[in-house]
Amino acid sequence: MLKYVVRRVLWMIPTLFGITLVCFLLLRMANADPVSAKLQNPMRAQQISQEAIAQLRALYDLDKPWYVQYGRLVQRLCTLDLGTRWQDGRPIVDVIAEALPITLLLSLLSITLAYLISIPLGVYSAVKQYSLGDRVLTVVLFVLYSLPAFWVGTMFIVFLASGNFLKCPWTADHACFPLQGWHAFDGFAAMSRWQKLGDVAWHMVLPVVTLTYQAFAVLSRYMRAGMLETLRQDFIRTARAKGLSERRVIFGHALRNSLIPIITLIGLELPELVSGAVIVESIFGIRGMGLVALEAIRMPDYPLVITIVAFTAVLVMLGMLLSDLLYAVVDPRIKAGEESR
Amino acid sequence: MAAQSHSYLGIVRRQFMRQRLHRVSLYAIFAILLLAVGADFVASERPILLSLSGKLYVLPNVINPVALRAYDNRRLTQVMSESDWAVFPPVPWGVNSHDLDATLAPPSATHWLGTDSGGRDVLARVVHGSRVSLAVGVLSVIVLVSIGILLGSVSAYYGGVLDLLLMRLLEVVHSVPALLLLVTMLSVIMPTGWRAVVAMMVVIGLVNWTGVARLVRGEILRIKQMPYIEASRALGYGAPRIILRHVLPNALSPVLVTATFAMASAIQIEGALSFLGFGIPADMASWGGMLNDVRGHTGAWWLAVFPGAAIFVTVTVYNLAGEGLRDAIDPRLKS
Repeated sequence: MLKYVVRRVLWMIPTLFGITLVCFLLLRMANADPVSAKLQNPMRAQQISQEAIAQLRALYDLDKPWYVQYGRLVQRLCTLDLGTRWQDGRPIVDVIAEALPITLLLSLLSITLAYLISIPLGVYSAVKQYSLGDRVLTVVLFVLYSLPAFWVGTMFIVFLASGNFLKCPWTADHACFPLQGWHAFDGFAAMSRWQKLGDVAWHMVLPVVTLTYQAFAVLSRYMRAGMLETLRQDFIRTARAKGLSERRVIFGHALRNSLIPIITLIGLELPELVSGAVIVESIFGIRGMGLVALEAIRMPDYPLVITIVAFTAVLVMLGMLLSDLLYAVVDPRIKAGEESR
Repeated sequence: MAAQSHSYLGIVRRQFMRQRLHRVSLYAIFAILLLAVGADFVASERPILLSLSGKLYVLPNVINPVALRAYDNRRLTQVMSESDWAVFPPVPWGVNSHDLDATLAPPSATHWLGTDSGGRDVLARVVHGSRVSLAVGVLSVIVLVSIGILLGSVSAYYGGVLDLLLMRLLEVVHSVPALLLLVTMLSVIMPTGWRAVVAMMVVIGLVNWTGVARLVRGEILRIKQMPYIEASRALGYGAPRIILRHVLPNALSPVLVTATFAMASAIQIEGALSFLGFGIPADMASWGGMLNDVRGHTGAWWLAVFPGAAIFVTVTVYNLAGEGLRDAIDPRLKS
């Protein structure tokens, strides 16, 4: 097992190089020396001070050859020596340290919920194939899958959070859900621990739902397909033949085997989740990595953008590694195969 | 009953058309396409035919003649005399006709789906928005399918180090969050007008080819092992004939399915980018861009409902058609 982990981590290195290279190319496109031509176009000249340009040049060694620039970029990314945000001069490390937990909370809540709901639903759908419940569920999941998240988020804002349609008279502006942010703007610091928890939970409802439903639709469909596939296998017939209860057949034998495909799906869902977080944070004004990145791009503050791109890519890769390890936990055959090699 | 074709395509078509839902999705795709092509005839600020003071204008809605630049439908009805006549489009508003008497107006008889904050007709913009969505969708899918087929088949043919490198590249592109990368690239290019549409197609294609590449690679690796390939080799066929006539055609039908789904997701991505304000400029009608207008005006529900519904319907019919195609091409995959 340890050997497997080590090998997987070593395999990440070339991929990491690729990611930094992508970032480097983006940076070159944005402000390689012809650079300032771009930065100094009249619309943006006002947004970017001359010091900022000078800082960028110094930071990324724009007077040196490209390989030196690339080496320095990698070095800076590795040592977290990233400079400051132009907007307010705060160190980028601090900005990220503040934004990351929020995005992580949002994404982890969402992916956990998606799995918690989709596994039982998928099992139900497969066990009761072609029943009314299964057919209704299939249609609902299909619709959810085709609904664009930015539309759903906007509709939530308009109909649930604006206070114009769904009205909750006991709140100040008659809004049932908060419009912006992940906690109350006023008096959050003064709240007790439980009040804080409740307040954050209340703020998180709509964003988490918006972020979750698509992943949940995909996962349920795969879970159903995987379960159907497993139920057709010989060992299920054997289990039934030796007189096990249907409950034990399904939960003891079939479930574990059909979990394998949807666990590998974490690897596919993670990048989607990050993209989703950008949209959700933008709609609900939550100051996580996505919103910070969008603001940085509007500035445009490329060092910050590049850092965020590189950082999220690494997180996604770590997530994929985790899903591979989980895969080995759920399916002992894989572990055995790796060790015997 | 008409003679049934027993060719591969004939069978696939029959399988596809068997399901009513799939048939409907196909007709809907054609309808949306027709709407995009004929948008000027459905919604325009100028008439389709106009006879003004003895002069006949043919299709002023399309050719936009200089003599009529100063007039829109409303002005024309004011200046037209008894002998003049015109054929107006069903929606007498253009993409950028600002009806300043009715900004943020809810749906009414004059503006069927209401107006936005600039007094522009929502229905007219939804109709014209189909152009951007379809153009970006179709062309980005062409870009991503070409890249995917090329890299996927190269990877599978040559194997070895090249395969390893290409698979690493695929992993890199896949693990960088697509939306962030897209937004960054678009902000670097900063395109305007129709160039924004082109930039968007290319960029979406460049970021989303990994699925097709993985699929093509897998298919080719699988087909290479098939007995009929061995048989054709035993028959003495050359490599080009085997690859072009036996391997690729069998590898491509699943790609068609993926391409249909990719179309749906490209339309969603375009919507998301325009919604975030990085895609189509505001003077062009795009569904995502229209949704962006809701942010400052949360009471204007019609701004949220209609453009979003347009995206939803378009995405849904492409997803449905994709499912139908998948079931028709490989009934075993039916779940």
